[in-house]
Amino acid sequence: MSDSSRLHASLQPTRSGLSRAGMLLLPVLVLFAVGCAKKVPPPPPPPPPQPTATAPPQAAPPVINSFTAEPSTVEAGQSSTLRWSITGATDMNIDHGVGAVQSTGMRQVFPRASTSYTLTVRGPGGMDSRSVNVNLTSAPPPPPPASTTPRLSSADLLQQQAQDAFFDLDMSEIRTDGRDALTHDAALLKQIFQQDPNFSVVVEGHCDERGSAEYNLALGDRRATAAKDFLVQQGVPADRLKTISYGKERPQCTEASEDCWQKNRRAHLSPGQ
Amino acid sequence: MKRIILVSSVLLGAAVFAGAQQINTTVVKSGEKPSIAVPDFRGSGDAQPFMAVFNSTLFNELSGSGQLKMIAKTLYPTQVPQQPADFRQGGPSFADWSGPPPNANYLAFGYTAAQNNQIVLYGWLFDVRQANAGSAQLIGKVYLGSLDEAGARKVAQQFAADILKQFGATSLIGTRIYFVSDRSGNKEIWSMNYDGSDQKQFTNYRSITTFPAISADGTKIAFTTYPVLASSRNANAAQFGKQSANLGQPQIFLHSLETGRKLVYYNQQASMNAASDFLPDSRHLLIYSTANGGFSQIYETDLDGGELKRITNSRSLEVEPKVNPRTGMDLVFVSGRGGTPQVYRMNIDGTDVNRLTTGEGDAVNPAWNPDGQHIAFAWTRGFEPGNFNIFVMDVASRNVVQLTSGAGRNENPYWAPDGVHLVFSSKRGRTTQIYTMLADGTGLQQLTTQGNNEKPVWSKATQ
Repeated sequence: MSDSSRLHASLQPTRSGLSRAGMLLLPVLVLFAVGCAKKVPPPPPPPPPQPTATAPPQAAPPVINSFTAEPSTVEAGQSSTLRWSITGATDMNIDHGVGAVQSTGMRQVFPRASTSYTLTVRGPGGMDSRSVNVNLTSAPPPPPPASTTPRLSSADLLQQQAQDAFFDLDMSEIRTDGRDALTHDAALLKQIFQQDPNFSVVVEGHCDERGSAEYNLALGDRRATAAKDFLVQQGVPADRLKTISYGKERPQCTEASEDCWQKNRRAHLSPGQ
Repeated sequence: MKRIILVSSVLLGAAVFAGAQQINTTVVKSGEKPSIAVPDFRGSGDAQPFMAVFNSTLFNELSGSGQLKMIAKTLYPTQVPQQPADFRQGGPSFADWSGPPPNANYLAFGYTAAQNNQIVLYGWLFDVRQANAGSAQLIGKVYLGSLDEAGARKVAQQFAADILKQFGATSLIGTRIYFVSDRSGNKEIWSMNYDGSDQKQFTNYRSITTFPAISADGTKIAFTTYPVLASSRNANAAQFGKQSANLGQPQIFLHSLETGRKLVYYNQQASMNAASDFLPDSRHLLIYSTANGGFSQIYETDLDGGELKRITNSRSLEVEPKVNPRTGMDLVFVSGRGGTPQVYRMNIDGTDVNRLTTGEGDAVNPAWNPDGQHIAFAWTRGFEPGNFNIFVMDVASRNVVQLTSGAGRNENPYWAPDGVHLVFSSKRGRTTQIYTMLADGTGLQQLTTQGNNEKPVWSKATQ
């Protein structure tokens, strides 16, 4: 009798087991929250010590009534206007080369980078300071000269432009979309090898998590080899290509969903050593 | 009674679990487990403080073997013998134990004492259904250990091992489980005692190191690793996930378990080489490799990688060859020749291939029972792809029993040397951990908790 009841219990699908665990967790959390609310608050910090002497009478401190930059965003080479109004100060300065200023005024500035201008004022009663930002937006870069196009390194070119070939579950045949990806890759590789004859490429084979690790090692090997064979058929030199199977050891996506599994069933090109 | 093959009764219990399916009755002998009473032992003088450890160790070792029916201590008579001389007129009698309420077949009793700063155990095992002490005594032995908890545990384990031996069972004391753990940040080989204690890191390749296999003599371990290429040896291990080109193609590594050192093994020039099993002579290795190009195929090599013999010759994936430990002549393996991976058997020369599983789902990870008649394996039959459960098959009849159901993803079962326990990995939550259970699916114990742990193999006890 106990055997059969164990049978029923253990045949419950995992999902209900999980939700049961969730239901168990909820009261635990509630208990925890109640536990927190009941906590005795810590004793308040001691009061600060009484001042031993009263401060001497002071002159009124200087005040910056306003300090603005208009416009606050400029392109390189354009100007922005700083305006300010100060009372009660004897010594007034703006940094970044503007220098000493009067209690009210304005000044045009031509920042070469985003700049924070700080107005610092001093008087017998103390000091004050305030900052404004002038942000620089970069102008569109000049078009590159036609003769000297900047060239990406072969590794960057491969990583940015190579496309993965994706596979069906348990299969290592190249699909139609995989043929398109690998045809693109073959052209890319021929271009790379032309400009960088010593470069080499690793064709990685990957699998989704559902098969056994042992079988996936062999399946990933087939996927990598199938992709390599296709590239060689397209004229890519075989001696520049090496295959490696990662099975399911290096997934690029770790969720349990078909979308994610599909992303992991792939042949991927990476730079060799 | 002594000669009962206890796997049998365990598997019979499992057959009930599976419903109508019955394990081949020529393999499975019916019969109840022998019942044993193990009253608490007492210690004289300085030995007494260690008796709690002693008594729990002795009881747990016998109970955990799964091979004995433990009589509940509440059913024991009040008069407990401490030595054979106590069975006399007016004292405890055999009938107190063999009759109701305990109804025991066997009684383990004795006591300990502190002598010369050692703990001395005087242990007896009696068949209490016999007429007199002379014919009843199966064990009467003295065991010595250090006078501390470790010593008390040791003598309890040794006494338990002797008792289990009386029932044709193998004690697991001294056996170790090797497995793969990523708790260091990379998959490495680790080892632990059969109860999960004393977990130690064995390899430090800072790569992907997996698929351990242990030689039958317990002296060597083979596994598969992606060698870190020289130009990136100093690279931070954490970046391997993104910069996978730092690693070379998977290769077989061989290490001595006695010294821990790497032994010479020449890998085939191939895009992949993976270790799978040692032959029973511990001098040959079964591997799967793309040594001839094309699909992964099954090969045999000697221990330095030479004498390559090809065993399969197919245009499909062939992996995980495991040799019958009794015959050394037939293999089970996993093949994709019928579409999805299934478990097959063949002779070691590659002839006489038969599929063992039905073709449903994915069937992988076969492992031989030491009896050479049963295998354990992981199968998704009846579940979605990836939802593996542990099954046991009687190879001759192909009858199967399912040991896990609806509890996580269960893989890589491997038999204990006693042929009654299984170790396996299961993902029952966010991580994969290693568990043991009896071959009827009961007695589940979780052995690991840190990181992810998988691919356990169980080595026999070594001195």
